[in-house]
Amino acid sequence: MLMTKFKAAAAALAFAAAPAAADVDLQFYFPVAVGGAAADTIEELTAQYIAENEGVNIEAIYAGSYQDTVAKALTAARGGNAPQLSVILSVDMFTLLDEDLLLPFDDFATSEDDKAWLNSFYPAFMENSKTDGKTYGIPFQRSTPVLYWNKEAFAAAGLDPNTPPTTWDETIEMGKKLTLRDDAGNVSQWGVRIPSSGFPYWLFQGLTTQNNAILANADGNEVNFDDPKVVEALQYLVDLSKEHEVMAPGIIEWGATPKAFFEGQTAMMWTSTGNLTNVRDNAPFDFGVAMLPGHERRGAPTGGGNFYLFKGASDEQAKAAFDFVKWISEPEQSAKWTIATGYVAPRPATWDTETMKSYAADFPAVLVARDQLEHAVAELSTYENQRVTRVFNDALAAAITGQKTAEAALKDAQAQADEILQAYR
Amino acid sequence: MLRTRGWIHAWLLLSPAFVFLIAFTHYPALTTLWNSFFTTPRGRRPRRWAGLDNYDTLIADPVFWKVLGNNLIYALGTIPLSIVIALAMALWVNRQFTGRSFVRMAYFTPTVLPMIAVANIWMFFYTPGFGLIDQIGSALGFGQTNILGSADSALYGVMAVTIWKEAGFFMIFYLAALQTIPVSLTEAARIEGAGSWTILRRVTLPLLMPTTLFVSINAVVNSFRMVDHIFILTGGGPDNASSLLLFYIYEVAFRFWDTAYAATLTVVVLIFLMGLAIGQFFLFDRKVHYR
Amino acid sequence: MTLDRLFNTVAAWALALLWVLPLAYAVWTAFHPAAYEARFDLFAPLTLENFAKAWAAAPFRRYFLNTFILVTVILLGQLLLCTLAAYAFARYQFPGRGILFALVLVQLLIMPDILIVENYKAIRALDLVDTIPAIALPYIASGFGIFLLRQTFMSVPKELEEAAQVEGMSSLGILLKIYVPLAVPTYLAYGLVSVSHHWNNFLWPLIITNSVETRPVTVGLSIFSSIDSGVEWSVINAATLMTSGPLLLAFLLFQRQFVQSFMRAGIK
Repeated sequence: MLMTKFKAAAAALAFAAAPAAADVDLQFYFPVAVGGAAADTIEELTAQYIAENEGVNIEAIYAGSYQDTVAKALTAARGGNAPQLSVILSVDMFTLLDEDLLLPFDDFATSEDDKAWLNSFYPAFMENSKTDGKTYGIPFQRSTPVLYWNKEAFAAAGLDPNTPPTTWDETIEMGKKLTLRDDAGNVSQWGVRIPSSGFPYWLFQGLTTQNNAILANADGNEVNFDDPKVVEALQYLVDLSKEHEVMAPGIIEWGATPKAFFEGQTAMMWTSTGNLTNVRDNAPFDFGVAMLPGHERRGAPTGGGNFYLFKGASDEQAKAAFDFVKWISEPEQSAKWTIATGYVAPRPATWDTETMKSYAADFPAVLVARDQLEHAVAELSTYENQRVTRVFNDALAAAITGQKTAEAALKDAQAQADEILQAYR
Repeated sequence: MLRTRGWIHAWLLLSPAFVFLIAFTHYPALTTLWNSFFTTPRGRRPRRWAGLDNYDTLIADPVFWKVLGNNLIYALGTIPLSIVIALAMALWVNRQFTGRSFVRMAYFTPTVLPMIAVANIWMFFYTPGFGLIDQIGSALGFGQTNILGSADSALYGVMAVTIWKEAGFFMIFYLAALQTIPVSLTEAARIEGAGSWTILRRVTLPLLMPTTLFVSINAVVNSFRMVDHIFILTGGGPDNASSLLLFYIYEVAFRFWDTAYAATLTVVVLIFLMGLAIGQFFLFDRKVHYR
Repeated sequence: MTLDRLFNTVAAWALALLWVLPLAYAVWTAFHPAAYEARFDLFAPLTLENFAKAWAAAPFRRYFLNTFILVTVILLGQLLLCTLAAYAFARYQFPGRGILFALVLVQLLIMPDILIVENYKAIRALDLVDTIPAIALPYIASGFGIFLLRQTFMSVPKELEEAAQVEGMSSLGILLKIYVPLAVPTYLAYGLVSVSHHWNNFLWPLIITNSVETRPVTVGLSIFSSIDSGVEWSVINAATLMTSGPLLLAFLLFQRQFVQSFMRAGIK
């Protein structure tokens, strides 16, 4: 914080020396979940914006992980010096609203042009960004989970290497062929791997969506954890290892999943599109990328971070921040960001740029995530989000490890979530 | 006059240390208690007096009971075992044999490593399928394990890491104590025909009693204090099977931002430690240590 | 008798090998390409690439600097404050001595590590969140240090002090010229314990820092090893060894002094 203040002071001094009149100074916090190169890209883009817009100075502050960034923003806001702009997880919207920290983007989208811009994002991403008819978040670093499969393992099992499973049942059928056991019955390769450590709700939400269930309402104060369709989805997940034995039993590590895929421990894995580059660089075999298999319908959650405008900004600052967000979501800037990081570009317009087209031609796998967006839904998000998802995660873990039945676990979770959310109804 | 000047001197010498001691230990311990009687303030709802509401929540909170139980198993499992291992280590290293300094180094090195680093190393050990345990297991014809991913074994997986790290630390205390036992004492016992087992039981162990008590207290405090490895290994999962009190406090305070409830949980830890302090006062002969 | 001896030696060695195995394997993977991390091969090629990757992937240089500043600030603060307080307890009679000493001992059990919630509030009130002093403040006054030094000071012969008083030395002079030099082994032992403790500390720095400029290596390492896009064990192991490297090296070099100073300081 001292450091930040020092920098702000230095920036102020530098500008005092410059002749420009009505200068606007902005602070902008951003997290990076995928590695240091992404931070450089944000700083580059910010510098470009400053160069093109005289009189606006933006200080982009790399705040660490998502967890760090939200903590830092909350702390700063309580101390009365909130940033004007920050990228924070889309699911933290209700938490930030509860702390009374957010300004809606609608207040600044006055022209027709601005209003059209607000409507130019993929609806799947906007579901997490609106509540009460107002837009509080603008999608920026967003992702979605996809299915990766090992083509060589498919061929070895007598399956068509270019046809991944498209339904729950096919996952089981193919999974059985892909699960290899030695003479002693020990598994050397599993059929599929859906990691369940840390935040199992995210991938599980793929299953619930495919089964036509929605986990939370748009107001963020009701959840449907004990919906029979959710129970069915959890039963399916449990049965993948218990009944059909195509997935390893117990909790499966998220972090070790790509490695297990590279090592041939599993023939298929579900993980974020954010892993595309990693898999391309490290898989010692030919692999494919597909949408998650469907059941009642196709489906997947979205994930990642949005831009938020913070209260406490002066009118000028807020307008400048709004303008910056609008600029950075323009197709050219957005394409640059997507290519540098692997996040899914949040507006159709970006995908129509030449830059994106040639990138996709070179690496068609990136299109899978985009195409899946039409089936995607909002990531689970409620008031007291961390606590509610924690209750849900615990229930999933309890069912996966066989401590409780799917039904009992979800019933307990529903009761606990209802108690937490009572205050917000 | 001279005496009061001495008093003032002493107080002046003490004041810098006490400013910090009080500011970061005694005062926060008291405000923890005080804040446990209020609600957590949020932007839209300022804090208000809650009476015993937070304690009602605590009693009704299944996670709290689970975590408390875990903490007891953790303490009862790691403390005696690390002490026995530490004692064995010290007795072995206290003798002359080939490679003694290597052996001593092997025992002690884990102590020097950060718990976070230790957890990273063990994470790879435990990884199902291609972690070291499964590699060795599969070479011997065993199937895959998932120690950290199963509710019945995750806590034990975490405990093994603790024992590995702590035994070497406790060994040092025993080693120090062993070297103060006069050789003449054990020699005398030997001349009288006592076997090495008898000497250990009748002479050495009783003389090591104060060390054992000191080490135990240390270990109990650590079992409440040391949760770093949980962050890396399990995140408290599955379904809180490997979560400990301080880890839960961290989650409540800094992930759920419910500081009032976190304070309430902290009060429980403080009660345990107070109990320990009182127990120590009566049990642990003050002559042994404070003089 | 010899059988007994043989059994003990074999057991000691077996335990030592078991104990050193995790670390040995971490070292092995860190120095070999990622492709070998899941299959042990004695003749796998050696490489330093994992270290280069880890070093480039996160600002470890800055993390090391932060940790270095942190442990230095804490150690200096502790030595100063503990020396003064221990001297008062060892050589002065004054009202409140017993109670104040009991308050010091309380900190041996109720450590700041446990009071994270309230200490976070205090640091926020001081507007010091995300600074290195914020990490250090709760640890500057150490009950353990005061206790240890008081014990050592009390064993200093009173005659030495009386002789100095006759020569007209001030109390502060006596402390610096007589007590401190005689307590050097204690200072050394305490210093080693303090440095290794704060080098390794994690939870409080995790809570109170949220930027590269303040984060110590332990927190940096935890962030590095929990990135979203899967982990590469060999690189993580390289980073792990790197972060514990300086301490490990110091320990291996000064092993004897380390163990002996522990013993000499009378920690038993």
